[in-house]
Amino acid sequence: MLRKIGFYCGIGFLTLFSIVPLLWALITVFKRNSDMYSVGTVPFFYNEPPTLEHVVFLFTESNFGLFLQNSAIVGIFVVLITMVLSIPAAFSLARLTGSWGERSGMAIFLVYLIPPSLLFIPMYQIVVWLGIANTIWSLVIVLPTITVPFCTWLLLGFFRSVPRSLDEAAMLDGCGQFTTFYRVLLPQVWPGVGACAVFAFSLSLGNYIYAATFITRSAARTLSAGVPTELIRGDVFFWPELMAATLVVAIPLAIVYGLFFNYLVGGFKNAT
Amino acid sequence: MSTQQRSGVGPPRGRLRRIGAWLDQPKVLAWLMLGPAVLYVIAFVGFPFLLAIALSMSDATIGDPSLDTFVGLDNFKAVIQTDAFKLALRNSLIVTAGTLGLVLVLATLASELLVHAFRGKRLFQMIFILPWALPVSLTAIVWMWFLDSTFSPVDWVLVKLNLLGPGGVWGPFKHMYFLGNEWLGLASVIVTDTWRMLPLATIIVLAARMSIPEERFEQARVDGAGVFRILFRITLPALKPMLIVAILFTGLLVIGEMSLVQLLTRGGPGHSTQVLPYWAYLKGIQGGSLAQGAAITLFLFPFLLVASVLALRAAYRSQEA
Repeated sequence: MLRKIGFYCGIGFLTLFSIVPLLWALITVFKRNSDMYSVGTVPFFYNEPPTLEHVVFLFTESNFGLFLQNSAIVGIFVVLITMVLSIPAAFSLARLTGSWGERSGMAIFLVYLIPPSLLFIPMYQIVVWLGIANTIWSLVIVLPTITVPFCTWLLLGFFRSVPRSLDEAAMLDGCGQFTTFYRVLLPQVWPGVGACAVFAFSLSLGNYIYAATFITRSAARTLSAGVPTELIRGDVFFWPELMAATLVVAIPLAIVYGLFFNYLVGGFKNAT
Repeated sequence: MSTQQRSGVGPPRGRLRRIGAWLDQPKVLAWLMLGPAVLYVIAFVGFPFLLAIALSMSDATIGDPSLDTFVGLDNFKAVIQTDAFKLALRNSLIVTAGTLGLVLVLATLASELLVHAFRGKRLFQMIFILPWALPVSLTAIVWMWFLDSTFSPVDWVLVKLNLLGPGGVWGPFKHMYFLGNEWLGLASVIVTDTWRMLPLATIIVLAARMSIPEERFEQARVDGAGVFRILFRITLPALKPMLIVAILFTGLLVIGEMSLVQLLTRGGPGHSTQVLPYWAYLKGIQGGSLAQGAAITLFLFPFLLVASVLALRAAYRSQEA
């Protein structure tokens, strides 16, 4: 009994911790300005009737729609590039490169260790040289530097967890190396690939430092750098619009990520 | 199954077949499949990394980005002497350490809860992962409004609890000004960082927690071990490798993030809540001194490298044990 109470106290605490700032955001979205900026009233109630004007403003008077679109395009391309590069690389390291491939986990991790905060200044120059500054393609090219090492490292664990007897059986059946990879191993690691795709998407969506440095043209910005610059003008904060932007991104993604939760956990199962 | 596979391989003839067979040798195929990723990493991680080192030893600016003047370690010396840098270094370490401490405790707690089945678990998972669904800059904005200097609901609750306001325990003011002072500002950054990193850290720890066989706990309980004894004797030692992985991931994401501080406190008042990546951005991109910016970003790298190698070796070793 005591254990049960303790258990639900823990659940309750974590729920509140995760949701309270966002509930405050949700209340704010539908508040009228005069209500939001009044000091004497209870801030959690609608002292004036709620309104949709801020949501309408967000979608019609700001570039938010463009940011959503840009972020989605960047995210999808980054996931694709990451998969194309890291799935074969992980297979190769797990099965083909022999003994040093088996010890490569740490080396990959060290690549991941060179963080965007260290690379953004030279990367800015490279992007300028390539002539893709101020376009979303700069992010499509550069963001896989974060996701490729990470996903290769995760997938390496997955490929290793597939028993070698499966490969050997396939080879005995006359499959070549590549066919074995494609027909036998790949289906075994699909859950890992799915988890990696979600991780890669979320890392690409979350990145701020590259998005803010490479792109200064508002229409080409993504959510992470676009929303703060578009809706914070000097000292004027469009609070309800900012909160609406946040929730429009957070709620659908949280539902999707939540459904994938067990896969994401599985993604780290074979990690070390 | 085997017939289907054979039809897929379908022996092509002649030259094509020989090329195919040559490509399918383990050594050749290994490089074909590894090559693109390696080339990409060399071009977009290795090269910029070297460029960062070159920049940090030059006098490049945004107006004149050429690397023609070599100035040795002058940039490092100049940067290290400024107060802003010292504060930024101190704060980066405080924020990272504070966040890691909180995240580890909460992630261990959360993984202990999430390993069990309970009603509404799906819903809980969605709520729990909400912070992770946000880009960091939006997280910063949510917390900025939550901790606003005038309209923070936290302040309002504290006043109602008679902790703030005239006659309150914490003094006559009605507001905490969470983001407007050095230590509360840093604490706010730590809480916000904890909030956004907890889901990822929990996912990592939970992966390890789920692979501890349940019998070990039952056996310990039969032997009369209490909750804390089980935690320190069984759970934590078994979690150790993945806790280290969680520390590395969380730590790197926290120490490299500038948007939280940029939006929450703008590094102020003064430079009292400045952190390294934001200071590098201000110097290198906004201030135009690419060389000094690069020097600031490079400063931490040797330490991160040593810490990470040691941590990873410990993780792999305790994995083998």
